[in-house]
Amino acid sequence: MPNSKAKVLDRYSAKVYKNRKEHILEIDECTEEQQIAANSRSIPGIMTNRGCCYAGCKGVVLGPLKDVLLITHGPIGCGFYSWGTRRNKAKTEDGRNFIQYCFSTDMQEPDVVFGGEKKLRQAIQEAYEIFKPSCIMICSTCPVGLIGDDIHAVAAETEKKYGIRCVAYSCEGYKGVSQSGGHHIANNGVMRRVIGTGDKPPKTKFSVNLLGEYNIGGDGWETERLLKRIGYEVVSVMTGDGSVETLQNAHLANLNLVQCHRSINYIAEMMKTRYGIDWVKVNFIGIDATISTLREIALYFGDDEITARTESVIADELEQISAERAYYREKLKGKTAALFVGGSRSHHYQYLLADFGVKTVLAGHEFGHRDDYEGRKVIPNIKEDADNKNIEHIEVERDENHYKSFHTPERYAELRQSIQLEEYHGLIPDMQAGSVVVDDLNHYETEAFLEELKPDIFLSGIKDKYVLQKAGVLSRQLHSYDYSGPYSGFKGAINFARDITMGIYTPVWSLVTPPWKNKPVLEGALVQGGEDA
Amino acid sequence: MRQVAIYGKGGIGKSTTTQNLTAGLGEMGKRIMIVGCDPKADSTRLILGGLAQQTVLDTLREEGEDIELDLVLKPGFAGIKCVESGGPEPGVGCAGRGIITSIGLLERLGAYEDNLDYVFYDVLGDVVCGGFAMPIREGKAQEIYIVASGEMMALYAANNISKGIQKYAKTGGCRLGGIICNSRRVDGEKELVGAFAKELGTQMIHFVPRDNMVQRAEINKKTVIDFDPACAQADEYRTLARNIDENQMFVIPKPLSQDRLEELLMQHGLMDAV
Repeated sequence: MPNSKAKVLDRYSAKVYKNRKEHILEIDECTEEQQIAANSRSIPGIMTNRGCCYAGCKGVVLGPLKDVLLITHGPIGCGFYSWGTRRNKAKTEDGRNFIQYCFSTDMQEPDVVFGGEKKLRQAIQEAYEIFKPSCIMICSTCPVGLIGDDIHAVAAETEKKYGIRCVAYSCEGYKGVSQSGGHHIANNGVMRRVIGTGDKPPKTKFSVNLLGEYNIGGDGWETERLLKRIGYEVVSVMTGDGSVETLQNAHLANLNLVQCHRSINYIAEMMKTRYGIDWVKVNFIGIDATISTLREIALYFGDDEITARTESVIADELEQISAERAYYREKLKGKTAALFVGGSRSHHYQYLLADFGVKTVLAGHEFGHRDDYEGRKVIPNIKEDADNKNIEHIEVERDENHYKSFHTPERYAELRQSIQLEEYHGLIPDMQAGSVVVDDLNHYETEAFLEELKPDIFLSGIKDKYVLQKAGVLSRQLHSYDYSGPYSGFKGAINFARDITMGIYTPVWSLVTPPWKNKPVLEGALVQGGEDA
Repeated sequence: MRQVAIYGKGGIGKSTTTQNLTAGLGEMGKRIMIVGCDPKADSTRLILGGLAQQTVLDTLREEGEDIELDLVLKPGFAGIKCVESGGPEPGVGCAGRGIITSIGLLERLGAYEDNLDYVFYDVLGDVVCGGFAMPIREGKAQEIYIVASGEMMALYAANNISKGIQKYAKTGGCRLGGIICNSRRVDGEKELVGAFAKELGTQMIHFVPRDNMVQRAEINKKTVIDFDPACAQADEYRTLARNIDENQMFVIPKPLSQDRLEELLMQHGLMDAV
């Protein structure tokens, strides 16, 4: 709907208007020339859906590592509320799996006053004695940063004392503007202390790492199933169902597949610099997207057998879902959707929706940067501010012992004609004219855009789920899949279409009339005389 | 109950002055409590005749919140009640948070008895963070004295502390009662500190001369009045005590600009020295 941006912004004061108008774009022919404001501070008082730096580091990137005993150093709330909320599934053969645990130092007032290092050491000792982990990681919360506990020194001590790996992350919640800073800090720690420390080579030439796949609802498993069917060897997954045991050998793989660009591109870039491993942006969300991703990977390796098997697997998987695909497309064709998630999913899911004829009318990221919207080409032009500079950026150097070029320079030149290496074109180029892009969408804007754009489906997270349902709109959580999934690959696409169809054709929320719609919510009587009033 | 906070540059003699002054007030029959807000816990040594054995925060750490007040609140010279907040060893934890915790705990334990005439807070050095400003927040000390000397850095610090007081004066209602000059025998000291005080809008409430007697008493873990009640320095502290007891001048200070402060220093002390 034209002018929806102006209508939504109209309610703001001059100062807020000035800020928010830069975060909202209406897509038209000249969008290419426009910038979007992103990765900047939310306005105080606005109800934003963003998380904190600790959430990004502990909750998103490190949390899924199943062989890591991860200790939250801080008051219990931080550990408790980041416990088991992401649905990043993991299983192990020997049953030793740390992801269902929540470890915290449960910092109290005396620990703040006298310093918390002693308690952290004690927690590590207890954890070590009970669980005998091979790796401990420590994540800092806000008070730890304020009082200056030296968690890195404690980690170094732990390595000496117990002979295990111990990595500390200064990911205090107040750092940066969103959880994005925490992803970066986690990337740095994994790159410094984990990747490159193993020496188990892959068995085949067709070895890949899957980056930015957190195995929500089992997505990673479904993607891995496809890759293995074709003949690829998945060396490590970062980090869904992942482990330090596999991550330490990631540098020996031949190609990095980047699913979530925002949370993991730092590692992809650093591995390219240090080990020469190319990365390609992939997308296993959506049928057509999966097909083109699989074809691109095959093109990269340029092997006849792999190429042939890619085509036969695609044909077979399509065959298996063809009836359901047609059925759900018939049910969903012509519907409209709005997407507000993370830093990549709002892009990925547009492909999946398009597979079933659903048009995306609004999309935005909680914590994406300009390159996630406009593509990596804008990176040199992104202005650094004090908040970005607060997050450490590390420079890595070429590792002469492990650096490799998979192809010859001639072959690279040829390849670049057909696939893009180390490139991500961003969300905006895929959006249709008339649709809207909103960065850091807030609760007011959610309600206002609902009114303007009237999407049938709103895919976002827990913080706005109930706002949407009260408005009678179908809500599905893309952070947790509302206990469903997987949604990746061919079979996942059908799971997704089934869930959406069930929701659309069971519109319970729009059938409910809440009591305040037709009854007064306050009861009172008019007092005469006024003496008792 | 008058609640009084003593601030000043580190090493200027806040603890010594506070204890000697409270000894004078104690001699006058006033009921007093001293709350030491320095992690070193040495604000009550002269009144108690030795370092306090149990600080509030140590006790909190070892015993939990269920603390017996008698364990941390000890009477000393002239019945003055002494309590040390205590805090972390240097370089760890958060001493500022410690003061907030400690004062909160003392209130809950009922340390602030109605029959007290004075509560003195002896606060560490500069007001480096919110914790060290705790004693002058709303409902706490209404009266502040800054210990200074004619030395440049002491006056810089006093001026800075005045900025803090100005901020809290608007919300908490605390006022500056005066500058206590603890002499270092620098040139033109009395005039300089007097002029500085006047410029701030307050007064030099007393000029305490430098006297070795203070040092001697300190070595003996005593205040001057306790150690040698008849000496001249004891009378100086008695005068200071009386001046504070009778003080009627409580102001919101007007901190000096950096330029003005330097000008004042040139005018009074430093010029003569050159």
